[in-house]
Amino acid sequence: MKKLVLAAAAALSLASVDAVAAPAEGVELLKVDWSFKGPVGKFDRLQLQRGLQAYREICASCHSLKYVAFRNLTDLGYSEEQVKALAAEYEFPAIDDEGSDTTRKGTPADHFPSPYPNEKFARASNNGALPPDLSLITKAREGGPDYVYSLMLGYEDPPAGFTVLEGMHYNKYFSGNQIVMAKQINDDQITYADGTKATAQQIAQDVTAFLHWAAEPKLEARHATGFRVMIYVVIFTILAYFLKKRIWARLEKK
Amino acid sequence: MANTASAQFAEQSAGSGETRRDFLLHTTVAFGAVGTALAVWPLIHSLNPAADTLALSTTEFSVANLQEGQAITVVWRGKPIFVRYRTAAEIEAARAAALSDLVDPAKDEERVKAGKDQYLILVGICTHLGCIPLGNKPMDPRGDFGGWFCPCHGSHYDTSGRIRKGPAPNNLAVPPYQFIDDTTVRVG
Amino acid sequence: MSTEKSVWRRAFEWHEQRLPIVTFLDNSVGTKYPAPKNLNYFWNFGSLAGFMLVTMILTGVVLAMNYTPHTSLAFDSVERIMRDVNYGWLIRYMHANGASFFFIVVYIHLFRGLYYGSYKAPREVLWWIGILILLTMMATAFMGYVLPWGQMSFWGATVITNLFSAIPLIGEPIVTFLWGGFAVDNPTLNRFFSLHYLLPFVIVGLVVFHIWALHIPGSNNPTGIEAAPADKIPFHPYYTVKDAFGLGVFLLFYFAVVFWAPNMLGHPDNYIPADPLVTPPHIVPEWYFLPFYAILRAIPDKLLGVVAMFGAILVLFVIPWLDTSRVRSANYRPVYRIFFWLFVINAAVLTWCGAQLPEGLPLILGRIATFYYFFFFFVIMPVVGWMETPKPLPASIGTPVLKPAE
Repeated sequence: MKKLVLAAAAALSLASVDAVAAPAEGVELLKVDWSFKGPVGKFDRLQLQRGLQAYREICASCHSLKYVAFRNLTDLGYSEEQVKALAAEYEFPAIDDEGSDTTRKGTPADHFPSPYPNEKFARASNNGALPPDLSLITKAREGGPDYVYSLMLGYEDPPAGFTVLEGMHYNKYFSGNQIVMAKQINDDQITYADGTKATAQQIAQDVTAFLHWAAEPKLEARHATGFRVMIYVVIFTILAYFLKKRIWARLEKK
Repeated sequence: MANTASAQFAEQSAGSGETRRDFLLHTTVAFGAVGTALAVWPLIHSLNPAADTLALSTTEFSVANLQEGQAITVVWRGKPIFVRYRTAAEIEAARAAALSDLVDPAKDEERVKAGKDQYLILVGICTHLGCIPLGNKPMDPRGDFGGWFCPCHGSHYDTSGRIRKGPAPNNLAVPPYQFIDDTTVRVG
Repeated sequence: MSTEKSVWRRAFEWHEQRLPIVTFLDNSVGTKYPAPKNLNYFWNFGSLAGFMLVTMILTGVVLAMNYTPHTSLAFDSVERIMRDVNYGWLIRYMHANGASFFFIVVYIHLFRGLYYGSYKAPREVLWWIGILILLTMMATAFMGYVLPWGQMSFWGATVITNLFSAIPLIGEPIVTFLWGGFAVDNPTLNRFFSLHYLLPFVIVGLVVFHIWALHIPGSNNPTGIEAAPADKIPFHPYYTVKDAFGLGVFLLFYFAVVFWAPNMLGHPDNYIPADPLVTPPHIVPEWYFLPFYAILRAIPDKLLGVVAMFGAILVLFVIPWLDTSRVRSANYRPVYRIFFWLFVINAAVLTWCGAQLPEGLPLILGRIATFYYFFFFFVIMPVVGWMETPKPLPASIGTPVLKPAE
């Protein structure tokens, strides 16, 4: 009984710990039944591939993905050759034998480059705002993937009486409701290589799933290892329980 | 009394109810021990090369611009790799050497790729104590055998990178490599 | 005679004669160390804390092999651990969540002490060492949280180090000294890394003294009366096996969080690299600091807030003398027991308040809860201890109640 009260007290205080990077107040996020949610969640490889395409065609012109290396894309089901070819599409600065600036082709060991040479350039190109790197975005925002998904689709006309400042756009889910980024995802914005119908919802889901993979590439390994570990701990605990009972039974016989 | 309890416990150890408890005890302890070992493994394995290190474990380079008689140095796994485009005379000299004259006998043909034997690719680390031998740059001394000369303790390597004179015990190592096309080499 | 002993036996005895480690262990946690036979599961939490200390040190040392304590590289090095280092994600999540579970275990251990009067004579110094361990843990955890160099790392460090400027006259120079500069920056990060590596070994030393101080009188027990020798049992195998079982149950919770909710106890903001020019809307410390954060913000005066916050922990040093009751265990103190449970609920309220903005309801509640916190120690403990009629104590651990307490 005492233990229960203690546990409840602890749970109560934990449950309401306020995490920051919060969405707009009082708005409920759009919810998606993500394939990676839950204890046995997994990524859908084809979805991740579509998400990669969406990232490259829509987002990459402004948002970097610095913690993802091209070699990581084998996780999405691509072969080494495909990854090498994709990497080679990118150019990276190099110095030639005379010491002058030149470029070289990307290799799988390289990371996705930033679209801008430096922060000032990025801000100047975006009305003073810095498009955040997306490698961790689904972990860096309260609401996680649901928030990112909602944000992509949350553009609408502002309610009556709401003044949208110059250069900003109304978004239902963004804290403060005004965001510098314009709506990026529309129906049929891109044509999927695998023929999937590219509705705005589909694109937003796919790119969000891709970004969650980018933020948590080890998610599946974590779940899988977790199961093995828990089975082990459960068996050990059961064994220890019976051993404890047996040993303590000695005391009754005294 | 603690002694009584443990004495009783010791007595009962010898009793007949013991077999089942022993099995339970041994199983639990074994399970715990195995679990501890399994738990330690990730800590140890994390010291093995990480994914980004492994990604850099191969190096590719082109020999298209390498002239006959020229040599370049590339880096592979943090080590210098000598790449020399040998002249016919250098190949001749390497092939002419008698195996009995060699400190570490090896045939030149076995140290290059068939059809590409003008290219000699070696790990540029002296097998004595690890200095980088001279001979790759145009003005470098090449030692008495036309290959490389290590200034640290005076080892002389020939035009096949084999040790001929001096304290080094082995020939310059040939790294694992292949020509992935006519002018591109992948090491590692 | 010795010719009948095996080589192993003789080698073992040779070594034991020169450095009797095994005999020492047997006397301290083995078959020769007597413990009361009636300890309940709240007595498991000491060994769980020891387990977490070892886990944190092992995972921490390995993390330190890949972490770079420089402002321009720290965040990246942690991401490299998560993505590229073999099992790096597991070791990092075990370390980050391990801190939380270490505090959960230690807080329960502490509350056990408050309930059963384990801080009373002759265990006052044992209690003091425990508080020193808690303080060192807090310093370690505070500095550790700065190391990933996320937004919360930076701003939490800024807010808490700024508190010292409240000290009159010498406050500002002290803060500059702590920072090694004019703001939290690279010198601060570097020294926090060094101290974060050092302090856990200080904790190990304190734990040695803690166990030594415990073994002089032996463990308290749920009745609060000293256990007679007849009511004691050898620590091994009884409590070793019970601790093993307790560890199993604990690991179920710990691993559930590590593998399926590894970011539940953290803040999304800490996945944003530190930016000295952007302050997060809510700066919140980790949950285990929230009650003290609430106390800090409940007092409108900056210096008094700091005094109250530290005072909230320092007051624990004097409770052996604040509590006037002759009876140890709250099992026999029906009035004190009610105030104790109110104190537990109060701690939960303080935790919640610490996570909210200090305005409106959370501020009012925080002030009431802060008041009750100190009221419990400075008023309840002495007054209830003196005025309460406790329930009759049993003559011994094993026997039922025979006569009233003296």
